[in-house]
Amino acid sequence: MTQDERLDREPDVHTWTGRARVWMLKKLPPDKLLPEDQPSYVASWIYVFGMGAIGSLLIVIASGVILSLNGPNWYHISALGHFVNSLHLWSVELMFLTMVVHLWGKFWMASWRGGRALTWITGVGSFAVSIVAAFTGYLLQTNFDSQWIAFEGKDALNASGIGAWFNVSNLGQMFMWHVTLLPLAVGAIVVLHVVLVRMRGVVPPIDAAATDSQLTGVPATATEPTEAKVN
Amino acid sequence: MNTLLLAMGDSPGIYLGWGVFTIQLGNLIIILTMLALFGLALVLPFPGSGGRK
Repeated sequence: MTQDERLDREPDVHTWTGRARVWMLKKLPPDKLLPEDQPSYVASWIYVFGMGAIGSLLIVIASGVILSLNGPNWYHISALGHFVNSLHLWSVELMFLTMVVHLWGKFWMASWRGGRALTWITGVGSFAVSIVAAFTGYLLQTNFDSQWIAFEGKDALNASGIGAWFNVSNLGQMFMWHVTLLPLAVGAIVVLHVVLVRMRGVVPPIDAAATDSQLTGVPATATEPTEAKVN
Repeated sequence: MNTLLLAMGDSPGIYLGWGVFTIQLGNLIIILTMLALFGLALVLPFPGSGGRK
């Protein structure tokens, strides 16, 4: 009996929490959420950059929390504040660098194949929201650069019609977007992206698509060379 | 030292141009680094994968 069949026969599922549990266990069983191994084709440097972007994002968030705790007077004046401010900037640079290489890799292996369209869409979404988050970060430098960026950006935003509400020359509003709304949005969409990768599996190389056991649900066998496991 | 850092922070940076095309040196370095990483990721062997199918 498969796990799905066992879940279908669960007797006492009559509440929304029980139904949600069964649905989640079917969609994302623990061995898929936290797998022991990956298909052999994942043993390539091109699969490293997504995790690189997530690692960079964690440093961005950690350094951002330290900046929030101490405030602008600290990170504009003290040596340690300058260091953490720079760490925040350069981890963002590293995140975009790794994210773009990840995007190139996934684009050229057509990673939306095999029912992974939503994984691709959430990846594009996280890229777009990260750009807005980075943009509001540049507006918070409180120097001539940030003034210049705000006054160049406001013309584009006014032309699109949202400038009256999303006012880039309103420092307080941009600060709140940068430290609350946008980090929540980036975090949520990245978590969704990773969960979808776990649900659908890592996209195989194009010539291995026919034997993608994570897509077909057929267990890997020794006769399928692309399904050899990496410990 | 602080004056030097402030001066560097306010400088417009180095720009390279060919005809109508202009790019800041820092941006060019980042793009070339990304292209190099992409190329190397495709050709360099992954550690621990030797001998596996």
